[in-house]
Amino acid sequence: MKMILKGGRLIDPKNNIDQIAQLVIESDKITKISTESISSNGIEVLDVSGMIISPGFIDLHVHLRDPGQEYKEDIRSGTEAAAAGGFTSVCCMPNTKPVNDNEAVTHYILEKARKEGLVNVLPAGAITKGSRGEELAEIGKLKEAGCVALTDDGWPVMNSEMMRRSLEYAKTFDLVVMPHCEDRHLSEGGVMNEGRTSTEMGLRGIPCQAEEVMISRDILLAQLTESRIHFAHISSEGGVRLIRDAKKRGISVTAETCPHYFTLTDEATLGYNTNAKMNPPLRSIKDREAVKQGLKDGTLDAISTDHAPHSPDEKEQEFDKAPFGIIGLETVLPLALALVQEGMITLSQMITLLTVNPAKILKIKKGSLEAGSIADLTIFDPNEEWVVDATRFKSKSRNSPFNGWKMKGRVKFTIVSGKVVYRG
Amino acid sequence: MILKRKDLIALKELQKEEIELLLDTAVSFKEVATRDIKKVPALRGKTLINLFFEPSTRTRTSFELAGKRLSADVINISHSSSSAVKGESLLDTAKNLEAMNADLIVLRHPCSGSPYLLSRHLKSSIINAGDGAHEHPTQGLLDLYTIREKLGRIAGLKVAIVGDITHSRVARSNIAGLSKMGASVRVVGPPTMIPAEIEKSGVTVFHELREGIRDVDVILMLRLQLERQGKGLFPSIREYSELFGLNKENLKWANKSVLVMHPGPVNRGVEISPEIADGLSSVILDQVTNGVAVRMAVLFLLSGAST
Repeated sequence: MKMILKGGRLIDPKNNIDQIAQLVIESDKITKISTESISSNGIEVLDVSGMIISPGFIDLHVHLRDPGQEYKEDIRSGTEAAAAGGFTSVCCMPNTKPVNDNEAVTHYILEKARKEGLVNVLPAGAITKGSRGEELAEIGKLKEAGCVALTDDGWPVMNSEMMRRSLEYAKTFDLVVMPHCEDRHLSEGGVMNEGRTSTEMGLRGIPCQAEEVMISRDILLAQLTESRIHFAHISSEGGVRLIRDAKKRGISVTAETCPHYFTLTDEATLGYNTNAKMNPPLRSIKDREAVKQGLKDGTLDAISTDHAPHSPDEKEQEFDKAPFGIIGLETVLPLALALVQEGMITLSQMITLLTVNPAKILKIKKGSLEAGSIADLTIFDPNEEWVVDATRFKSKSRNSPFNGWKMKGRVKFTIVSGKVVYRG
Repeated sequence: MILKRKDLIALKELQKEEIELLLDTAVSFKEVATRDIKKVPALRGKTLINLFFEPSTRTRTSFELAGKRLSADVINISHSSSSAVKGESLLDTAKNLEAMNADLIVLRHPCSGSPYLLSRHLKSSIINAGDGAHEHPTQGLLDLYTIREKLGRIAGLKVAIVGDITHSRVARSNIAGLSKMGASVRVVGPPTMIPAEIEKSGVTVFHELREGIRDVDVILMLRLQLERQGKGLFPSIREYSELFGLNKENLKWANKSVLVMHPGPVNRGVEISPEIADGLSSVILDQVTNGVAVRMAVLFLLSGAST
């Protein structure tokens, strides 16, 4: 199988390339990139004029809900949603049922992904058994089975000694630890950001400090153990500042944020909109602006989605009772492009946040477009306008706060290992 | 005049004119209660369902009486006797009630915002009888009514709300209602009971009782939720009572003609000393009486009637 992509603007930040070029794919690899015209006799041609060719997007934080909660999402529907959002690889969180804290679950995920998945599925294993924060999971076995990272996802390891040992032990296997930073005592009972809006709505708030206290602790533990920590879904101004300072002091930490934290504020919950209920919660304008600055100056290394599907029945409840989480795979591109349009980051920076850096964090050989590399590509039209209709999402769930929004920028093709897995 | 809305969920959403209409309508209904036959046919043939997911005596009885005095058919459903204990969702419970053609549903629920969930899905009028820590609009209205009745006006008055503001729906409804009617509102309590950024809703915050009630015209005491002791909000009932309980001594800091109010039930000797609760300044029982008239006005106007 051979295919030529013609007329596209190729952006590969890792190799400092930004030019109109043609790209040849043979079998599962990129074989040639050329600014000269290439003869296309008898070869399939994909006309991508006016579009941007980027390395395939990599999402560090998704929930595929498989095994255990396939009514919300499964590996098939989740990877279809990923492909529709331009992602060629997704790192799936271990809070499945059962928890991915042993190689049997990892094997199940990888096997099902091989059979039914449209994009690369990279499982994250649990740090501790059952993600209970009490005993180390069999981290060596998880690595051997194919896990690329460790996290207890929604559960912070509250015990500092346990967290220290986790970091030390994970280091042996060169696995990055991705904590969810939340002091559960400070956040207890909270369902949204603490501030004017929670006060008006009479809902229990979660202060930013619940995130910041744990970031501070984990920075100290990263320093102590000289291990790699990657902070998941940063939402607060203080969080960004702590990470910026840690990086300046040479401590090995990286961090991600999600489109909702640089797009929305806690006012999105007004009217008790459970599609704006997530953890960490949407914050104030000041936090949103700090998150944008963090992306701009490189404090935040990556954009992930924290794609968290829930069924309509679960979300259509009293605000207190509805589960935390929103879906995000299919809206990330236009929301990230909005930052480019407002001049906050460049297109090349945006692509770095979605490709080069996530690959570095996971230490996987992806995120660039050299000849010889696997052909994982995202091709998008930065100018196409569309209106989000959640009922048309590939995801099984509909819990998006962006339903009905007008967006600019759309994925046109997603190519995984040389195969077109999505056409927009 | 008519009330141009389907539901009554929050005083925050009401215009000043709507509040005035409700209060004025309540005046004529208060008169009904003084008659020999305390019943008018205004809601004959209408069905009112009191759906209470939290224990309540006075609010539920008050709504029941209001409905009956307007000749509506009134049904009471409490949490323990509802299918919620079988795991039915609030929405499904409500849809079933609507299938029985309820015209008005009065909802008391522990979760803030739950009446909005019903109002989005049901054609029946939804009346919020207290949702979590959000609002208790009929309590707010009856407080406004009582103040206006006793002091002749609301605009320009100084009102202090004292106690656990964070968890109080009564406080939120009163802040919204009083501010709209032109009163100036202050909240008084220990910092552990004052919610974040409350001053942004236009109130002044005090952590010392005497300063907080200095020269005020109305003191609205909130019920101390004793079950919160041990949750770090206050060290002991004794200390709370000494610092924030209203007694003869500290009441002198307020205006001479001050009204002392309380939504009930009162923890006697904790929030208010018995001599104050039963004293001349207290209008606690007037609040209860006025509650029926105000709720009659709410039911009457929401069912599309005009004055």
